[in-house]
This record gives sequence, C-alpha cells and structure tokens, in this order.
Amino acid sequence: MNFHLILFLAFGAVCVGGAVNLLAQRHPINSALSLIAVMAALAGEYLLLGAEFVAAVQVIVYAGAIMVLFVFVIMLLNAGEEEETKGSRVAILFGVPGMLIASVLMAWVVLRHSGTEAVAIGALPGNPTDLAQLLFHDFLLPFEVTSVLILIAIMGAVVLASKPDSTAGKVE
Amino acid sequence: MVPLSYYLLLSGFLFACGVVGFLIKRNIITIFMSIELMLNGVNLSFVAFAAHWHALAGQVFVFFVMVVAAAEAAVGLAIIISVYRTRETLNVDQVNLLKL
Repeated sequence: MNFHLILFLAFGAVCVGGAVNLLAQRHPINSALSLIAVMAALAGEYLLLGAEFVAAVQVIVYAGAIMVLFVFVIMLLNAGEEEETKGSRVAILFGVPGMLIASVLMAWVVLRHSGTEAVAIGALPGNPTDLAQLLFHDFLLPFEVTSVLILIAIMGAVVLASKPDSTAGKVE
Repeated sequence: MVPLSYYLLLSGFLFACGVVGFLIKRNIITIFMSIELMLNGVNLSFVAFAAHWHALAGQVFVFFVMVVAAAEAAVGLAIIISVYRTRETLNVDQVNLLKL
C-alpha cells in the first residue's frame, strides 16, 4: 500500500461520497455543493495522473465558473425541495436497479479486459508547455471552431434568458 | 502505483451515478447537474487513458469537453430560467408541453 494508492483512495472516496450524496439530497443547493466536492476531488485525481494543467482548469472552470452559474440560478429561481410524485417513484423503481446492473457490468468488463499495469506518477509530460504546443499547433482548427461554438452559446443564452416582451419590442 | 482499471472503475461509477440522477430526479436543475457529473466521469477516463498510453492528446480533448460543458451550462440554464418564467415550476412532471 504505497502513498500514491492511499491518495487515490482518499480522493476517490470523496468522489463516490459526493456523487451518492448528490442523489440522496432533496434540495438542489445541497446537490450543487456535493457536486462541487466531486469536482474538487477529481482535480486531485488529475494531479495524481500527472495532468497538472487539467487539474487547475478543472478547479477554475468547473468548480468555479460553471458551479457558480448553477448556484446563482438556484438562488435566482428560489428552488425549494423537490416533491415526491408518481413519476419519481416509478423512476426510482427502475433507475436504481438499472444503475446497479450497469455498474456491475462495467466493473466486470473493465477488470476483465484492462490490464493491471500501473499508471506511474510524473511519467507523462503534462506541463502547460507541451499541452499548449499540442493545442495551438496540432489541434488549431478544433480550437478555433470552439470559439464559434462559444459565440453561438452566448447569443443563445442572451436571447433565451431575456424577457419575452423586451425582445419583442426590439424586433418591432 | 495505481492500476488503470481503478481509474476506469471510478469513472464508470461517476457516470452511472449521473445516469441514475438523470432518471430519478424530478428537479430540472438537479437533472442538469447529473449531466455535468456524467461529463466529469468521462473526463476522468480521458485523462487516465492519456496517462496510460502516454498520449497527451487525451488531455486536450478534456479541454474541448469542458468548453462544450460550459456552453451547455450557459444555454441550458437560460432555458431553465425561460421555462420557469412561463410555468412557475421546476418539476419536470409538470413541464409536459414543448410550447413556451
């Protein structure tokens, strides 16, 4: 039992606990906070895999920007506890056994077909210099295309979130 | 040293939790968070495979997934605000018309 494995298990336990807590909580703000814990623990896993820049971006973009957006919307809409309905009981009846079957199947396939070779820490050059070389040279076209995607997303968000009568006034 | 299969198991578990949250939750914001959880599980397997095969391109794909997730969050939350404005509810059982 070396230090690397202990760290993996610690971060993994936070991930698993947060994911289960996200399902167990009834109030959306509690689910959002447990999702932030999952994302922060995943950043630790990325560090263990030698992906230091991905870990930093995970904390900044996911746990920072995206989750702040979620919490902001929960506060804005004053979301309360979700109520139990007929649909949710049927979903639990089929969803939980389905998840168990899927998990066991995935675990069986992974353990059967992937080797047990270890992932060595620091074996991979994951520093920002190598990553930037790849992103801005080999993947330059996809990188530029994502800028168009973000532009469309901004316009779509503005159009959708603006008040209906205010947009109608601008069109006329 | 941690075997690759441990990372894949964790990734698969996070994805399965996302799927079951998508199925059993009735609050539209929590359903949306379950989708983010699924994307995170996939990201972990990307990084694990990148480390395993010494292919840095796997980490670049994580960035693209994050960009798409950010764009999706912006548009999706705008749609949620728009739905709440017309329906006055966040329960997906009561949102059963495509018309805004």
